[in-house]
Amino acid sequence: MNEIIIGHVSEFPERRGRVVRLGELELALFKQSDGTVAAIENRCPHKGGKLSEGIVCGSHVYCPLHDWKISLNDGLVQAPDDGCVQTFPVFIDERDNVVLQIELKESKVS
Amino acid sequence: MKQRLVMIGNGMAGVSFVEQLLKLNPNRYEITIIGAEPYPNYNRIMLSSVLAGDASMQDIILNDWDWYRDNHITLHTGETVTKIDSAAKEVVTDKDAAIPYDELVLATGSLPYMLSLPGADKEGVIAFRDIKDCETMIETAKHYRKAIVIGGGLLGLEAASGLIHLNMEVSVVHKHAHIMERQLDATASFMLQEELERQGMRFLLQKQSDSILGDARVRGLRFQDGTEELADLIVMAVGIRPNVQLAKKSGIEVNRGIVVDDYMQTSEANIYAVGECVEHRATTIGLVAPLYEQGAVLAKKLAGVTVDGYKGSVVSTKLKVSGVHVFSAGRYEDGPGTKALRVQDDLEGVYKKIVFDHGKVVGAVLFGDTSESSKVYAAIRSGEDYTGREKEILFGGAGSPGGRSASPIDLAAAMSGDEIVCGCNGVAKDTIVSAIMERGCVSVGEIKACTKASGSCGTCKPVVEAILTATIGSEQVAPVKEGICGCTSLTRDDVVEAIRRMRLTTTKEVMHVLEWNNPEGCSKCRPALNYYIGMIYPKEHEDELESRFVNERNHANIQKDGTFSVVPRIYGGVTTPEDLKKIATVAEKYHVPLVKITGGQRIDLLGVKKEDLPNMWKDLNMPSGYAYGKALRTVKTCVGNTFCRFGTQDAIKMGIDLEKKFERLNTPHKVKLAVSGCPRNCAEATIKDLGVVAIDGGWELYVAGNGGMRVRAADLLTKVKTEEEVLKWTGAYLQYYRETANFGERTSEWSLRVGLETIKKALATQEDRDALNARIDVTLGQTQDPWKQILENEDLRNAFDALTAPVSSEAAASSESGAAYKKGGGQG
Repeated sequence: MNEIIIGHVSEFPERRGRVVRLGELELALFKQSDGTVAAIENRCPHKGGKLSEGIVCGSHVYCPLHDWKISLNDGLVQAPDDGCVQTFPVFIDERDNVVLQIELKESKVS
Repeated sequence: MKQRLVMIGNGMAGVSFVEQLLKLNPNRYEITIIGAEPYPNYNRIMLSSVLAGDASMQDIILNDWDWYRDNHITLHTGETVTKIDSAAKEVVTDKDAAIPYDELVLATGSLPYMLSLPGADKEGVIAFRDIKDCETMIETAKHYRKAIVIGGGLLGLEAASGLIHLNMEVSVVHKHAHIMERQLDATASFMLQEELERQGMRFLLQKQSDSILGDARVRGLRFQDGTEELADLIVMAVGIRPNVQLAKKSGIEVNRGIVVDDYMQTSEANIYAVGECVEHRATTIGLVAPLYEQGAVLAKKLAGVTVDGYKGSVVSTKLKVSGVHVFSAGRYEDGPGTKALRVQDDLEGVYKKIVFDHGKVVGAVLFGDTSESSKVYAAIRSGEDYTGREKEILFGGAGSPGGRSASPIDLAAAMSGDEIVCGCNGVAKDTIVSAIMERGCVSVGEIKACTKASGSCGTCKPVVEAILTATIGSEQVAPVKEGICGCTSLTRDDVVEAIRRMRLTTTKEVMHVLEWNNPEGCSKCRPALNYYIGMIYPKEHEDELESRFVNERNHANIQKDGTFSVVPRIYGGVTTPEDLKKIATVAEKYHVPLVKITGGQRIDLLGVKKEDLPNMWKDLNMPSGYAYGKALRTVKTCVGNTFCRFGTQDAIKMGIDLEKKFERLNTPHKVKLAVSGCPRNCAEATIKDLGVVAIDGGWELYVAGNGGMRVRAADLLTKVKTEEEVLKWTGAYLQYYRETANFGERTSEWSLRVGLETIKKALATQEDRDALNARIDVTLGQTQDPWKQILENEDLRNAFDALTAPVSSEAAASSESGAAYKKGGGQG
C-alpha cells in the first residue's frame, strides 16, 4: 500500500469534486461537509460520466449525466440503479495534507 | 429436508423460471444450476445491442454472481451435463460430478443451425448466438473489412446491422426473394430492405450457398449459380434448432424439441423442460416472451400452486435494428376467408396491415410506425370481435358507429405486460405492475423510485399513472401532495413562502428549518432552492456553486464523454469578421474537434477538455453565451428592415437590445427569445418563450411558445408601439415568470398551469409592470460575465485543473516530503 500526498486540504472546496490523475487512473476526490475527504473512481458504471462533476449531498454524489446516486463511503450505486465504483482510503495528515492510500500496481490495471 | 431441484441450462428462460419459483415458494427447494457458458445469466437478445455499441457486456448481465449466492443457488458454469440417469435420479457432468435430483428441469435452449457447407470449419466462420460470437465479431472488425451474413431473417439482420456499426462492409445472403419472409409480407419486406440498404447493407437474394473458399481462414463464399463473393468473415444466422441431444440420449421423448404437456412435463416423471428446447403442441418457439410464460406455468406447478396449463402463445416480433420500426404478429398473410385493412404511405415510409378472420384480428404487420403494436397485440390475444368496426384498430373509435374512444385507463389495462412503458429506462408494464402489487407502490413517485419509470424525460408519466389506476383502482391511488422532490412533502409554493417569511438565505438553512428528510437534500432540490433564494434575495444571496448543476458551475455544457462545449455570446446572431477569425483561431489552437452552428444563431465549439476552458475564454475575450444554463439563452433575429425588402421594423436592433438587457439572467428554466421583422416570422418567434413580431407601426408580443419537447404555438400577450415598450413588457413578463414558476418549468408549461389570463392580469397595469421591472433590474444589476469572473479569481480558476501525482512507488515514497505533487492540466 502506497501513501501519496495529493494536495493541501485547502485546495478542496467543500462538496465540489476535484479530479486527481495517477497515470492512467482518474479519481474524483470530494471534501464532504464533515471535513473528511473521500476518493472514488471518476467513472460512473452506467455511461462513464465524470463523477467529479456531480452534485454532492451528504455522503452521496449524483452523476451529472443521468443522475445515478453513488455512495462515497462504499462506492455502491443506490436503488433503483445497480452497480458500484471503486473507493480508495484517504486521510488528512498532521500538516493538513490530503493523503491517498493506494496499491499502485493494482491501480494501474484498473 | 428440502427437495433438490436441478436445472440444466443457465439461460434466460430457465433462470426466469427459477426467479418466479423463488418468488412463489422461496424455501421449498435446494437449487442447483448447471450452465455450459462461463457466465452468469445474460440477456441474449441484447447481444445485437452489444454489437451496435449501445450496451457493454456488463450491461447485459441479468443475474450477477451475487444473485446466485444471495438465493443460495449452487451454480456450475463452464460445465456440461453428459448423462441423465432417470432411474437413479441423478445427472452426470463432463467433470464427473454426479448430482442427485428430486425434480429436474431441462432448459438447454437451442443451437445455431450451421449449414454443412464444404469449408465451414475454416477460421472466420461463426454463428451469432453467444458472447463468444460477439467477441469474435468485434475483434474481426478491427482487422478485416468484408463480412457476409447468411440468413436474411431476424437474427441475420440484427447481426448484419451490428457489423455495419462495427464499420464492416456487410452483404446479407438469403435464399428467398424477400427478407424476413417468416414475419413480413412482400410489401413490408421491400420497405425494410430499402431502409437497410440506405443504412449500407447489401443484399444477395435468392442465392444458395455452395461452399466456403479460403485456406486456413475464410476468403469468400461460392454460390450454387457459380458466382463468388469475397468475405473475411461469414456469420451463419439461418436459424436455431432446439438443443435436444442430451434428452434424446437419455430416453426422453423428443420430436423437433423435447416434447412437453401443458404443464411442461416431459415423458419422464419428475423431468420438465422450458424454453427454446421445448416442443409444445407441435410448436417450438425462439422468442423470449412466450418462454417466460412457459416458465411461469412451471414455476407455479413446482411451487405447488394450482395453475391452468400453458396453452401456447401468440408470437410477436420486433426487429432491434436502429432506425427501423417493424412489428409482426400472428397470421399476417392473407388466406381464404380473411380480410385485411391496409394503410400504405410511401412518403412517410409507413405500412400497416391488419388481418381479420370473421371480424377477429388474427395477425398484423406494422412498418415505420409501430405505435399501435400493443393495441394490435392485445386485440389478437383477446380474440375480441371487431365486426363492423374493424377500422377502430388503426383509426380509433371516435366517429365510428357503435364505437367508443378508449380511455387512457382502458388502454393501459389492454397493454401487454412486456410492452416498454418508459423508453428512457427500459421499464416494461409488468415491472410497473409488480412494483404496485408486490412492493406496494401507490403513487407515480413511488413507482419512479422503485423502477425508474418516468424518471428521465417524464413523457410516459400519464401512462404510468393510467397503469396505476387500472391496477388498483382510482380510490386506492394515494392522494399524495407531491413535494418538490423526495426530500420533502412541501410544494414549491410552501417552500418559497417559507423562504420569504422566515428570511432563509442558504439551502442548508431551508433544509434544516423545513425538516428535510435528507440533511443535504438531493440533486433535484438543491439547485431549486439555490434558485428560489437567489430570486427572492438577489443582493444578499451568495450563489452556492456546490448546489449548481455541473454546467452552471463550470459555465460550459458537459457532453457525454465528459468534455465540454463553449458557446460565446453573439448578440442577435450578428457577428463580425474579427469575431469569426478569433473563434477560428481559438478552435485551431485548442484542437476543437467539432465546430457547429447552433439553432440559436451562434457557434458551438464542442469537445473541449475542462482544463482548457479558462484559457479558451481568455483567448476568445467574448462574453459567455449561457448556452448551458437555466437562463436567457439566445435572441434569434431575422434581418428585418436592415436589408430585407419585406421588413417593417429593425428586428436586429430590437433583438440585440433585448439580449444585452437580459443576458446572464437566471430563470426557472432556459428562456429563448426571438424577434421577427415582419409577420412572415422568419425568426420563428411564435415558438419561443417570448417572441416579438414586427407589424406595421408596432410590435406584437407572443409568450409561452415552445419548439422542443412539446411543440406549442405562443399566445399573443399584447401589441405595443415602441421598442422601449417591448423591453418593459419583456422585463415584467420574465420577472413574473421568475417569481411564480416552478424551478425546471418552461414558460409553456407554466402558462398552461397558471393560465394566460392570470399572466395578462398580473401585467395589466403600468404600475404592476414597473414594480416587476424594478425587481428584475436589481437582479440584472448583480450579474457579471461568469467567464471573466472565473479568469479573475484564482480559486475559481484552479478548480478547472486536475491534480496529478506520480505513480511509481519510488516517487510515491519521496512524496512524503510533501512537495512531490503538482497541479496542472496535463497528465503527470
